[in-house]
Amino acid sequence: MTTNPNHFVAPVEETPLLATDSKITDQAPLSLWAEAWKKLRRRPLFIISAVMILILTVIALFPGLFTNVAPNENCQLANSLGAPEPGHPFGFTYQGCDVYARVIYGTQASLAVGFLSVICVLIIGVTLGAIAGYYGGWLDAVLARLGDIFFALPLILGALVLTQLPMFRENKSVWTVVLVISLLAWPQMARITRGAVIEVRNADFVTAARSLGVSKFGALLRHVLPNALAPVIVLATLELGVFIVAEATLSFLGIGLPPSIMSWGNDISGAQAAIRTNVAILLYPAAALSITVLSFIMLGDAVRDALDPKSRQR
Amino acid sequence: MTSDIRIEESGSHQAKPLLEIRDLAITFKTGSGEVKAVKNAHLTIMPGETVAIVGESGSGKSTTALAAIGLLPTNGRVSGGQILLDGEDIANASEKRMIELRGNTIGMVPQDPMSNLNPVWKIGYQVKETLRANGKPNGPDDVAKVLAQAGLPDAHRRAKQYPHEFSGGMRQRALIAIGLSCQPRLLIADEPTSALDVTVQRQILDHLDTMTTELGTSVLLITHDLGLAAERADKVVVMYQGNVVEAGPSLELLRNPQHPYTQRLVASAPSLASRRIQVAKEQGIETDELLAPADAKTVAASDELLKIEDLTKVFKLRSGFGRSTDFTAVDNVSFSVKRGTTTAIVGESGSGKSTVAQMVLNLLTPTSGRIVFDGVDTSSLGRKELFKFRRRVQPIFQDPYGSLDPMYNIFRTIEEPLRTHNVGNAASREKKVRELLDQVALPQSMMQRFPNELSGGQRQRVAIARALALDPEVIICDEAVSALDVLVQAQVLNLLAELQSNLGLTYLFITHDLAVVRQIADHVCVMEKGKLVETGATDDVFESPQMDYTKALLNAIPGASLMLPPEVA
Amino acid sequence: MVSYILRRLLQVIPVFLGTTLLVYYMVFALPGDPIAALFGDRQPPQAVIDALREQYHLNEPFWVQYGLFLKNLFTFNLGVDFTQQPIAATLGRVFPVTAMLAIEALIIQAVFGVLFGVFAGLRKGKLFDSTVLVVSLVVIAVPTFVLGFVFQLVFGVHLAWAKPTVGANAGWTDLILPAVVLGLVSFAYVLRLTRASVIENMNADYVRTATAKGLSRPRVVLTHILRNSMIPVVTYLGANLGGLMGGAIVTEGIFNVPGVGNKLYQAVLRGEGPTVVAIVSVLVLVFVLANLLVDLLYAWLDPRIRYDH
Repeated sequence: MTTNPNHFVAPVEETPLLATDSKITDQAPLSLWAEAWKKLRRRPLFIISAVMILILTVIALFPGLFTNVAPNENCQLANSLGAPEPGHPFGFTYQGCDVYARVIYGTQASLAVGFLSVICVLIIGVTLGAIAGYYGGWLDAVLARLGDIFFALPLILGALVLTQLPMFRENKSVWTVVLVISLLAWPQMARITRGAVIEVRNADFVTAARSLGVSKFGALLRHVLPNALAPVIVLATLELGVFIVAEATLSFLGIGLPPSIMSWGNDISGAQAAIRTNVAILLYPAAALSITVLSFIMLGDAVRDALDPKSRQR
Repeated sequence: MTSDIRIEESGSHQAKPLLEIRDLAITFKTGSGEVKAVKNAHLTIMPGETVAIVGESGSGKSTTALAAIGLLPTNGRVSGGQILLDGEDIANASEKRMIELRGNTIGMVPQDPMSNLNPVWKIGYQVKETLRANGKPNGPDDVAKVLAQAGLPDAHRRAKQYPHEFSGGMRQRALIAIGLSCQPRLLIADEPTSALDVTVQRQILDHLDTMTTELGTSVLLITHDLGLAAERADKVVVMYQGNVVEAGPSLELLRNPQHPYTQRLVASAPSLASRRIQVAKEQGIETDELLAPADAKTVAASDELLKIEDLTKVFKLRSGFGRSTDFTAVDNVSFSVKRGTTTAIVGESGSGKSTVAQMVLNLLTPTSGRIVFDGVDTSSLGRKELFKFRRRVQPIFQDPYGSLDPMYNIFRTIEEPLRTHNVGNAASREKKVRELLDQVALPQSMMQRFPNELSGGQRQRVAIARALALDPEVIICDEAVSALDVLVQAQVLNLLAELQSNLGLTYLFITHDLAVVRQIADHVCVMEKGKLVETGATDDVFESPQMDYTKALLNAIPGASLMLPPEVA
Repeated sequence: MVSYILRRLLQVIPVFLGTTLLVYYMVFALPGDPIAALFGDRQPPQAVIDALREQYHLNEPFWVQYGLFLKNLFTFNLGVDFTQQPIAATLGRVFPVTAMLAIEALIIQAVFGVLFGVFAGLRKGKLFDSTVLVVSLVVIAVPTFVLGFVFQLVFGVHLAWAKPTVGANAGWTDLILPAVVLGLVSFAYVLRLTRASVIENMNADYVRTATAKGLSRPRVVLTHILRNSMIPVVTYLGANLGGLMGGAIVTEGIFNVPGVGNKLYQAVLRGEGPTVVAIVSVLVLVFVLANLLVDLLYAWLDPRIRYDH
């Protein structure tokens, strides 16, 4: 082919030319969410945690399906700290109530506080964070300072002060705990949202949408927010676990849910007195709490891996 | 076997090769099994010689070079062949041996100056540790000497600064200083200047040439730019799909490409021939025939669609404690764009060219001056008129990854402008989207796909389709082809030229790449530091540049003189 | 660097003012008699009520009250508690104990967390890494107060390696068990963060360049991976100091450590609102100052922060 001995040419049959710039995929079209879901579905961490959360949710919604014993009736002091017996697999509390039934019925409060707090934090944090990040300027400055102020008040310390207030002390309920947690925990969500929005707001596809005539707010809703959601979802999943721990800690300290509401935190607090005589009544609610938190942390981990932009193919 | 022949070739002469790569195969372990990234790479570097590997992204050129210094990613391994350094096979050498060789026998200058210096250590320290690790004297004077040799002025002071206090060009100089600090016999330079402006690129490559010639260092240059390779290297090796498809002396290879891939690469390398002439050549039309209608078109439609008058943009830069300094990004710029023509604004980073584009798109408000579109000052537009204006002027951006919303499928992406402007009903919009996909030569089956499933060129076609959806008159291309591989770039430029002649579009082309300007533009405006330094018809500006800056820019195009096809020259 | 410190100091002031104002506003600006409200149905001795009225200047306008409250805070004039003991004196007594506990916990989470995290990160995917990852997940899931009881029972009562409750005159060895409990959850977070950070930095371009320069593996790890990996960890440690304070309340309560948290816990249990507010304000001050220190460390680690303007 060529006259120069230093000029090497590979045989064309061994190195055929492919079409320039073709990317052939035979698979069905895959959106980013579908892709993340496909990745999630294959992860054991996700399957285990999702199944556990599903079971926990069913327990929370229909506790009657899992026990015939009414947790607060038939409490007989004669049974105080009693060992397990047929029909009462976990034994009895200090007041002689069935531990198993209380653990089952306590699920509701923990999950309710967790989910409701996360929803409130999402509403406050995402709204404020998105506005601050997207519009910037003085609004951002004010919100950032406000966030700093709340950030400087650690959750438990802030809760200690808040719950000293008459309005919280006199009507303790799931809602007061949710309110306390949301008030103190929104800044982190706002920060994460703000950061994610800032990262997306200058993307070319936002500018492109704006120059198509999409309004500034429309671009925020349609293009910026959907693309900023990944870190928000990850944080929300992790915070579910964190808030459930926070509720239990507050209840344990006696400033969370009132004793009239069955919750694991209250039960652990109540079991404190009997820790040396019958440790089981402390361990069962503690185990239930830990397993629940573990499920959410695992879910958060799995979701983070699936949504991680670095692992996305380009 | 090809390698056997090559040993004889080089072995029969006086000198022995410094580096010889034979039948190299490199395998990567991925989620979906083993992938062969490099299949049968071979090359020979004699002492003092510069050899360039040319290829597009994914061709295996960087992987081959990294294997030579034992720096393959952890999931990659050499699965066959040899890498002979002075006759010693280092393809599977121990880590201990590689550490001995790195730095003082094989040096490296990496690609991206922004990410290759550790941000937390002073530049001086990063030089010093190199000298120390290779047993060289490493006092402050030695460090400063190394930096000064790489062309960093005031080296003693610079050594005490951190990478973020350096400009891109200075960082690249520091990296060259580090790569050459221990006088290696072989320097691997992986796209050493691709992240830099052309004029800086030229200075740095010149300096690198001088230094390696003085030291007698052999260089393995990795680049995507055939012109640059031919200009800088004695020999060029072309890689494609993990194979070496052609290798030989630079000029010989450029003038007489044999492999179809190389031929294609040479044909579409951004040369100084006009794009229209090239399109014509591909279609077998004589050059003269084509130039005539192009001229006729320009004459026929000579009304000024877009007129920029004394445009100025001043940004306030905050400098802490509430103070601010003024920064004039665009300084008193005036030019006009005739209907149906292409005007290019060319300049290096910081020239203000993109700011002009943003103002023309009405996304930024000018500090002073006017932008008159079709006789109307765009700053006076009300909400409704602005909305209408948006239909007539559309952008295409540089980064095809960034300009499409990853959450929108292709149909929704192209349909968005139609829906935003309430054009037609669902059925007619779908029909329009199908037409647009045809226009940009994408299969209609792509409608349901998402941007992450498309290649770079395909994405850019989608972006073009979206820009065309509202039948605009002007399209602003902000570095629209800069992120694409050469061959893809040529295809997209062809498409744009085709669309222009079919639809009578007016282009405002923002670019740093003069070769692209020559191919597509009728008029060119050269910007430097916010000011318009030269403007005129493209041919005039290229043939007889008036200003020093324009001349410097033109000279800096890699391989400019080499690439001129004989028939045009 | 100096201008950075100055700027950070200036930024701390509004945060501190805002936070204390928030705390103060919540308690004292609500309708009704705050003193009575703070005690709920408990009736403190009249002398205490009088002292509180004196302390908080409840007859003055709100801003004057707040100003005097701040002045009192900075002069450590914190008023008296239920038993008419000055709170400042009590805090002075218990603060060193909590400081010791916090330092031990910090050492556990920072030193061991970083150490384990680095080893896990460098051996990504190996047995050690996977084991450490699973264990850390479990540790994170178990709340501090559950961990406290379990450790108290296992190590204090059954194995008797340490005193199950600490009591007065605590030495640093007595505090090891509570410190482990206090630091364990954050230890797991630090470990995971360090691991992720090390893995990310191992793939950084500048690490590859450092290897290409001929540096030995240990040098690359020490100078280029470790220092860069510490940047997010330090940020976390700073933000987590607040969590440490919350944890200290629980831990000191369980192990009966005579520290600030315990005093706070007692005040909560007894329903002594004013004492709670006073102690929390001091803790917020400590938290803000500690975060300032962390920021300086952060700036030392990452020169880009200092330069930023």
